Amino acid sequence: MGFENLLLGFQIALAPYNLFIAVVGITLGTIIGVLPGLGGANGVAILLPLTFSMPPTSAIILLTSLYWGALFGGAITSILFNIPGEPWSVATTFDGYPMARQGQGGQALTAAFTSSFVGALFSVVLITLFAPLLAEIALKFGPPEFFAIQLLTFSSFIGLGGGNPVKSMISILIGFILAAVGLDIVTGALRLTFGFTELMKGFDFIVAVIGLFGIGEILLTMEEGLSFRSVPARMNPRVVWETWKILPRYYRTFLRGSFIGFWMGFKPGGATPASFMSYAFAKRFARHPERFGKGDIEGVIAPETAAHAAGGAALLPMITLGIPGSPTAAVMLGGLIIWGLQPGPMLFKEKPDFVWGLIASMYTGNVIGVLMVLAFVPLFAAILRVPFGILTPLIVCICAVGAYSVHNSMIDIWYMLLFGVVGYVFKKLDYPLAPLVLALVLGDLAENALRQSLIMSQGSLAIFVTRPIAGAITAVAVFFFALPAIGAFRRRRRGRPAAAGAVSDRA
Amino acid sequence: MRAADLITAIVLALLGLLVLVDALRLGIGWGTDGPRSGFFPFWLAVILLCCCLAIVGQTLRRTSRVPFVTREALAPVLKMLVPATAFVVVTQVVGLYVASALYMAVYMRWIGRHSWLSVIVLGVGFPVVTFIVFERWFLVPMPKGPLETWLGY
Repeated sequence: MGFENLLLGFQIALAPYNLFIAVVGITLGTIIGVLPGLGGANGVAILLPLTFSMPPTSAIILLTSLYWGALFGGAITSILFNIPGEPWSVATTFDGYPMARQGQGGQALTAAFTSSFVGALFSVVLITLFAPLLAEIALKFGPPEFFAIQLLTFSSFIGLGGGNPVKSMISILIGFILAAVGLDIVTGALRLTFGFTELMKGFDFIVAVIGLFGIGEILLTMEEGLSFRSVPARMNPRVVWETWKILPRYYRTFLRGSFIGFWMGFKPGGATPASFMSYAFAKRFARHPERFGKGDIEGVIAPETAAHAAGGAALLPMITLGIPGSPTAAVMLGGLIIWGLQPGPMLFKEKPDFVWGLIASMYTGNVIGVLMVLAFVPLFAAILRVPFGILTPLIVCICAVGAYSVHNSMIDIWYMLLFGVVGYVFKKLDYPLAPLVLALVLGDLAENALRQSLIMSQGSLAIFVTRPIAGAITAVAVFFFALPAIGAFRRRRRGRPAAAGAVSDRA
Repeated sequence: MRAADLITAIVLALLGLLVLVDALRLGIGWGTDGPRSGFFPFWLAVILLCCCLAIVGQTLRRTSRVPFVTREALAPVLKMLVPATAFVVVTQVVGLYVASALYMAVYMRWIGRHSWLSVIVLGVGFPVVTFIVFERWFLVPMPKGPLETWLGY
């Protein structure tokens, strides 16, 4: 059954118009991934209003292509400029930049793009196989199960996100509180508006994404006073071919990275830890671990494969459960709702052409993506040579255009600015932003699931434990919530001081 | 850094209190058809207040001499933030197209010190391209002011 559906999907994804859309998406995505202050999430957010007039399948193809492009773009800045465009590219700089400085930039880039491609493809194959099954199971879910999954989503930020768990929790709560502002659709009561009519329609998460990640990121970049100095890289078909010839030797690293990436990635906030974990594993099992950090090609393959496998896997819960695994997936989910589609397991039954077109486009998008970035690296790298005096106002204007067009409302541009300052302060103080965005997106869904569950159980919280599926998911969620405390306890018993400020999740 | 951490925690706690008060007004218990509107926000606010307290506790136990932002680093941040704010204010009055042209031009000339040629090309180019892409192709309107009215849009 799955095979015919996939074939149908390919018919849609390979239509000339959709291929054209994919190329446009990859190009824009790579540019966005290279530019500071514009990541995958807010690139998708800014372009979202442009898709309102498109057919939904083409629209989602544009946005996912943008996503792949942004993932590829992150590797370019990591390797040539030693600047990780995204948090999951940090581990790529460890060996990628030394390679580039030794004149092997071309090899490093080829390895990075190829690993990204392999990782993403691995995830897409698994999505193809598992998404229909997961959707089938999810069809039987009631409100308690959905609320339990929400708990799991947010608990994984606390248990696996790294950094300060209390600050992650605060981020989540702020997101939920912002989501509650405005009209309560169940009771019709106005919440947290304090008599201001502007607050009635609440805060749109797309505006929040543009402000937090766009404006906030520029403020941070300005403060750090980064100057982009690129290491030249020779990129030609011969370099690519020579690198491809040695890559199969590292099949174990590819495989390990893909598994780690997929396993970490379908839970939120997973891409960054996955890339570090894969790097650490590659180093442990390497024949020459002492070469790591000095320009070992394996040190580029490992994190890139995992990061992209995770990036792909983040789309799995979005299409099957309607619960996004990353801020970018969250923005796409918002798009689905705007295009008039109901995200969740019913999508597989009601809109097979949309779902399978999307899945097929993940294959075509990655193939087009890897070919395009390999061919046009110098062009993309040249973008960073545009001086800051031009880039900054340009990005601010683009962000403002994006924020305004969501609801055609001027107040959203003000919110964008406000969220920008909040994003800057939060990032400096190590409050993670991804949980805030996800909570803002899922706020109403989570609250409704909670309410309906409580109505089913006459107000008893036991419903989340007594139903088998919900109980199992809740148990895992509780374990994740407790993980930081368990870790602290074990460290204390071993007499080690608590690790301060682990990897902060800046996604 | 300590002061900034404390201030942020206190501001967030105040926000929590605000939510708490509103939740109590809406009712946090059981209504005729399930939990009332204040139920969910109430518990969010309670947990938020506890978390803020924990942050204050953590921060007070820690010693840090790193300032949140140094005087030298603040200047470029303000150089970006002030023009951006001015841009939003101007947008409110004359619309996005004119405001973005002015903002691009002023920023490029004042901070970027670019040549007048590139200032004019980009200052005019950006709004025109935005107009064609958004207003024309995708039919997404942007905020407009007197100039656009005069031009008949």
